[in-house]
Amino acid sequence: MDALYELLNFGFQFLDSFAFIVLATVGLAIIFGMMGIINLAHGEFILVGAYATTLSFHAGLPLPLAMVAGVVVTTIFGIILERTIIHRLYGRLLDSMVVTFGISLVMIQLTRIVFGNSLPQIGTPFGGISYGPYSYSTYRSVFLASVAVVALVALYVVFTRTTFGVCARATIQDEETARSMGVDTDRMYLSTFAIGSALAGLTGALYAPATTMSPELGTYFLVEAFVAVVVGGPSVLLGTPLAGVLLGTVDAFFANLWGQFMGTVFLLLTAIIAIRLMPDGITGLLRDLREKWGQSE
Amino acid sequence: MSSESKSSLLARVRSPFEGPNTIGNSNAFWASFTLGIVLLGLYPVLFGAYAAESSSVYLVYALLGVSLAFIWGFCGILSFGQVAFFGIAGYTFGIVSINISTYTGVTLGLLTGVLVATLFAALLGYFMFYGGIREVYVTIITLVVALVLHTFMGQTAGSEWAIGDARLGGFNGMVGVPDLAVGFGTTGLEFAGAMHYYIALLVLVATVLGLRALVNSQFGYAMVATREDETRTEMFGYNTTFIKFATFTIGGALAGLSGVLFVTWGNYIDPSEFAITAAAMPVIWASIGGRESLVGTVAAAIVIQWLQLQLIGEWALVIVGSLLIVVILVLPNGIAPGVRDLVASFQENRDKDAGTPAAAEEVSD
Repeated sequence: MDALYELLNFGFQFLDSFAFIVLATVGLAIIFGMMGIINLAHGEFILVGAYATTLSFHAGLPLPLAMVAGVVVTTIFGIILERTIIHRLYGRLLDSMVVTFGISLVMIQLTRIVFGNSLPQIGTPFGGISYGPYSYSTYRSVFLASVAVVALVALYVVFTRTTFGVCARATIQDEETARSMGVDTDRMYLSTFAIGSALAGLTGALYAPATTMSPELGTYFLVEAFVAVVVGGPSVLLGTPLAGVLLGTVDAFFANLWGQFMGTVFLLLTAIIAIRLMPDGITGLLRDLREKWGQSE
Repeated sequence: MSSESKSSLLARVRSPFEGPNTIGNSNAFWASFTLGIVLLGLYPVLFGAYAAESSSVYLVYALLGVSLAFIWGFCGILSFGQVAFFGIAGYTFGIVSINISTYTGVTLGLLTGVLVATLFAALLGYFMFYGGIREVYVTIITLVVALVLHTFMGQTAGSEWAIGDARLGGFNGMVGVPDLAVGFGTTGLEFAGAMHYYIALLVLVATVLGLRALVNSQFGYAMVATREDETRTEMFGYNTTFIKFATFTIGGALAGLSGVLFVTWGNYIDPSEFAITAAAMPVIWASIGGRESLVGTVAAAIVIQWLQLQLIGEWALVIVGSLLIVVILVLPNGIAPGVRDLVASFQENRDKDAGTPAAAEEVSD
């Protein structure tokens, strides 16, 4: 019986970690992988989503609507930022990091000045799943993991099966050619950035009932998001879930064994070893393997 | 170079410190450089030992900024983790000097602090550059390393986190770190108060001059070539992996040295030195001052830290962050190259009047 409980603990912890890693990463991965912009303010986009959700909930909106408000506010925020600042940074990788880092600093401090060091929290919905002497939050494990999978599938469909997706990827592959074929590349960049912002807003909205609302909220997401992007490698739509599974397993295993902090430490150690062995991440390794097999045939 | 005949001795003295890779090789530059040092040297005399003691930290931060400007500006490696080496050296100094509470211990702390930071930088650099990790990923990994250290040191509040007599203290930090000193047993020279200021100034000036010499040496040319086009540099037979590794390690050692100077200044260190806002500061100084200019970074570090700590209170980070965004968008290379161009255009106008247009070229390299 104890072994079964251990297994269930591990399973729920895995779903929780997997959901956290994938949701923290998707927005960043889209903006980085598609546009070559490293958004160090990604955590603060999540912050905007979380704060907008919490504030609209306290203003009287029911939670699902408050979450929609969180996503909408973050998307608009992203669009404004793209038009004013980010669009000057395409093709300037390191500058994009430094500038978004500046944005992140400004936003953390402004949040602190305007809202203080914390907001009253929304209760986590759905209650818990009980098994033996233990229980685990349904919301954090089952629900968020399902949303993470749905988000990934939706992105896959959008970027591979729609005209917009084809145009967006064409813009990223070769801007000049895409433009000469009549693609409005400017709008493609803006739309892709808006999708990335919306995903960050979604993450913020989803974690609003499950995390403490403080101005540093974004930092917790940022580290795991970066680790997952790096481990995932160049093909983000495939890399993000693979990294989520690998890192989620490691995190869940060690968190169960020695506590949450050691889970995080081992997650980062795994990431560092993974990068040492596969400089281009999991999808880089897959690509190399495919090329090798292709040659031997 | 019309002035060379007049002051050939001066030209010979300063020649190792100037070349195509440094901004400011003119007489005017060296005159203001010397003036700056003299003014900084007079500061304790004019404002007293207390002011000097509290201002010493700006020189320490300037050294940290220089350690980043060196690797980022000249070799193209953007490290967000300079504070990691800074903090590691600070903690190491604390642990050693608290446990061996004689001058021997403090001297040993200085050496081990810098050594441990250097080794850590070398290990991380080996791992990254020999692992084939590319530019952006280097930045991300260094940032993650700093943030992991932040989390790790933050949870060391318990009494089990003590090394000998030195308690790490979690977010409360490590207290009771002794002043900087050199000596053996009970005889030694202590650098507290205004002396700490002068030591920091001496280290800073020596570092800036040393790095100016280094970046204008063969190794410096190779560094800049690596920054500009790594593949081509490798084709010419340079070991770019080793160049990046060595540059990164030197930068880590300098950051470690500034960490030791920091912890002996406040006699205290806590995990906030590893936090994301702290990690941002060297990048901000180098970006605003001009990452390809060591002196520009020094000036930016001193001015920005002074503004932040003395004047603006809770709006400080908002203002500094906005300044960073504006500078990168308007002057992508920072303020120092802008100043250089301004000086060059002045010079050009003046020389046009005087009829010697060639002199402007020297300034503009």
